[in-house]
Amino acid sequence: MSIDMKQFHQTFFDESFEGLDIMETGLLGLEVGAADEDVVNSIFRAAHSIKGGSGTFGFTDIASFTHILETMLDEMRDGTRDVTQEAVDGLLESVDCLREMLNAASDEADVDKDAVAKVQQKLEAILNSGGAAPAAVATSCVSTDDDASNINATGWSIRFAPHLGMLTTGNDPARMFRVLEELGDLLVVADVSGMPIYDEFHAEDIHISWQLTLTGDVSHEQVADVFEWVDDECDLEITELSESENLPEISKPDEPLAVAASNVDEQPKSDDRRQGDRRLSKSSGAESASIRVGIDKVDDIINLVGELVITQSMLGQVGAELEAEEQGCRDAIRIERLREGLAQLERNTRELQESVMRIRMLPISFVFSRFPRMVHDLSSKMDKSIELIISGEQTELDKTIMEKIGDPLVHLVRNSIDHGIETTQERIAAGKPETGTVSLNAFHQGGNIVLEIRDDGKGLNREKILAKARERGLVQDDELVPDEKIYDLIFQPGFSTADVVSDVSGRGVGMDVVRRNIRDLGGNVEIHSETGVGTVMLIRLPLTLAILDGQLVSVGKQTYVVPLTSIIESLQIRCDQIKTVAGQAHVYLLRDEYIPIIRLCDVFDVPARTADIDGGLMVVVEGDGQKAGLVVDDLLAQQQVVIKSLETNFKRVDGISGATILGDGTVAMILDVGGLIAYSKSMDPAVIRSRKNDNEHMIQQDRESPQEGNEMVMMKMNKEAADERNTVH
Amino acid sequence: MSAIQSIEQSYTVVGVDVSADMDQYLTFILADEEYGVDILRVQEIKGWGSVTPIPNTPEFIKGVINLRGTIVPIIDLRQRFGLKKMEYGKLTVVIVLKVVCEVGERVMGIIVDAVSDVYNVAEEEMKPPPDFGSVVSIDYVKGLATVGEKMVIVLDIDHLLTSSVYDSIDNSAK
Amino acid sequence: MASILAVDDSASMRQMVTFTLKGAGYDVTEAKDGQEALIKAKSNRFSLVITDVNMPNMDGITLTKELRALSTYKFTPILTLTTESSAEKKQAGKAAGATGWIVKPFNPDQLLATVKKVLG
Repeated sequence: MSIDMKQFHQTFFDESFEGLDIMETGLLGLEVGAADEDVVNSIFRAAHSIKGGSGTFGFTDIASFTHILETMLDEMRDGTRDVTQEAVDGLLESVDCLREMLNAASDEADVDKDAVAKVQQKLEAILNSGGAAPAAVATSCVSTDDDASNINATGWSIRFAPHLGMLTTGNDPARMFRVLEELGDLLVVADVSGMPIYDEFHAEDIHISWQLTLTGDVSHEQVADVFEWVDDECDLEITELSESENLPEISKPDEPLAVAASNVDEQPKSDDRRQGDRRLSKSSGAESASIRVGIDKVDDIINLVGELVITQSMLGQVGAELEAEEQGCRDAIRIERLREGLAQLERNTRELQESVMRIRMLPISFVFSRFPRMVHDLSSKMDKSIELIISGEQTELDKTIMEKIGDPLVHLVRNSIDHGIETTQERIAAGKPETGTVSLNAFHQGGNIVLEIRDDGKGLNREKILAKARERGLVQDDELVPDEKIYDLIFQPGFSTADVVSDVSGRGVGMDVVRRNIRDLGGNVEIHSETGVGTVMLIRLPLTLAILDGQLVSVGKQTYVVPLTSIIESLQIRCDQIKTVAGQAHVYLLRDEYIPIIRLCDVFDVPARTADIDGGLMVVVEGDGQKAGLVVDDLLAQQQVVIKSLETNFKRVDGISGATILGDGTVAMILDVGGLIAYSKSMDPAVIRSRKNDNEHMIQQDRESPQEGNEMVMMKMNKEAADERNTVH
Repeated sequence: MSAIQSIEQSYTVVGVDVSADMDQYLTFILADEEYGVDILRVQEIKGWGSVTPIPNTPEFIKGVINLRGTIVPIIDLRQRFGLKKMEYGKLTVVIVLKVVCEVGERVMGIIVDAVSDVYNVAEEEMKPPPDFGSVVSIDYVKGLATVGEKMVIVLDIDHLLTSSVYDSIDNSAK
Repeated sequence: MASILAVDDSASMRQMVTFTLKGAGYDVTEAKDGQEALIKAKSNRFSLVITDVNMPNMDGITLTKELRALSTYKFTPILTLTTESSAEKKQAGKAAGATGWIVKPFNPDQLLATVKKVLG
């Protein structure tokens, strides 16, 4: 039978990486000198499984490497080896090394053999230095009586006398005889002289012994193998048949064998009889609670459900129109039934969508689990005493977001450790506890997941950042800068953080990249800091990348989707609240705050329905800690939309995060509010002015061709009327 | 802007017999010249309908449409080639094509004046493009095919469309 | 065909064992640790139990002892999967009542040969 072992490799890699994570977490939690037995056990088990699997699936270098780890852990488990810091560090290093080896095996790439050998030597040195005697190297084959094994005799005489209880280990003499029979000609003679009287007879005991004669070209090893498992449960003599030795003359050799066989065969027979019942009960038995499914299959379902949501909202729209038109007519009952059906469809669709989305959700612990190790390494490297507190690790998040949030999170935590937490001396001088604290927390908040990184370090140096910003002309000399703006500065591209919040050293990644990555996921990041007390960084992320709650707005003939999470409020524009800055940019005085006005028609170069801003509508939004007022022609419905990436067919477009398909089948762009604000700032006012002229010209054109234009406007009006009704519902 | 009523019919191309070494090309008219694309790449032919513009992209990218749940960019080939823009009319069609680029397969639509015909072209009938004074850069031409009296310019749509969408957005959006 | 209970905390080992045995026509039920195995064993009658030794929740040695204490599994063959080739470790399984062992690493052919040896 030839089985392609490759088919099991992926599972092996998956579980081995999980095993390494367990080992790492366990090792980091080990207290030197007083190791928790359960923890050591779980670390041992993980190593043990990796060793077993790698040996089985042909990764011999991984198997032999893991063997050393396993031996060391086994001694710790037995208590013959002390858990020293050196040993723990060595084990941690080998975990990294193993991860490399597994990655290489998984990619079918070569591993850095020298590096592996180095770690291996180090580990062997630790192994030999303390604890029990060095363990024997694992061998995969068992050899017994090597001296006799290579002699192929003409046959063997075997005296086999099982101990009374041999049957209770499941070893069945009849089966052994069957194996021997396959090796050569077998003659079985039973000796029943040991049988007790009936009253003393126990069916579970064996009172028979056998004299076996096996002839043929059989090695001693082959014979010994048959009895390997019962070595100490029987008296066994295997002697070579000499040429001269005659086979014992037995007239009816079959009979005693048959007796023996029927005696021990009882068990399997009863098994067979129950076969039928077992089949029945099997299906009702608890099968394993989870299945592994390719993520592409799940995504296919999510896409289909997305289509279903669009179809459902389209039907809903038609239903609402019908209802409005047919009010009070004779079909009222059928319309009512349609309405009920549609409501039911909407509920079911939403539940289906939520269930499907949940398949992609994983606990954030998958990301958080790497931090204990990182904090451990960094704090020992920088000689700072840091305690990491993790909470909310069961909070669930979409798998894709999870995969992409890891790096930004690592960057921020590094920042906290590197530049937030002071050295021990500084902390003592500041009257703080010697050990600094970094806490990682995750929780849900209004349809978002919030990741919080909090440290009790020295906080951001407001003055330094401000000085830097003034130097670079980002802030006017006499400008009063609110805290949010200062903290926003460190996210500016190229804002040299070297002597302010530095880190970055050697990694070439700035905070602007962190923010861009987070923004790409539809999230944002905020910083709050207090000098001497600490810094809190909040990352807000959507729960999923597949759907979004949006406010539909119209600008000219276009419909755009504004994510609800970025909307603060919507209001009617009052002309007297509009102020002009430097004769060009407009700001709006909202209560006691000036917010920049962004006319979507200008930024997106589409003709607005009206050139007059007074009395128009403005959606006040916030993105990346900055507010802006988006001027739109109309507010339409609020609804959940299915996000379609534009990037699969397109490059990234400034101010647009994606697209969606509306109930009427048309495509609408989804706004990226943070990106839009940044983009509008970067736009050349001259470009905007020229666009404005163009657009006015086009409005003119539209008026000149009334037949088409009006028709469209009429259609739009109807649609809006319907949308407004939706909103009211 | 482009508020011409969408032509509802979308017709499928009926297969013509294919012989061994023959490739089939769908041809279309653009400014009185006939162009061809590999028929296996043609997903469907649609009447011109309204599109959703994508802000801050080059003029020739008209926007995107929803094609049974997929968002498909639409390119005006006249504008792409720097020809005079024509008002879209009843004959204006969108040819939806499968484009192969580095990252995989994409679907895009091109707006042309009219669909012309389907031809079988034997491999040896295809001539390499000379550096002729056409509006189309020879970079985007796979070859010239003579069909009867006519010359058909066979386009390299992969190159043409990916460069249209990707490179030009980079340049214009900044 | 005989039914076999395969117990291992490693999913890849379970996958391999199951695939091999099912391919040979056996009916295979999987369990990921001793605890789960014991529950499944009680509601079924397996002709053979193949169990890993080191597992969370309940290890293979304890599982073997527990099974042997059940009247229905008194004589059922139980094989332990062990990476230990040392006599001492094998004897731990034997002492608990295991029939025999399969030494890891093993390949599908070795597994099948051993199973055949036990089930006939």
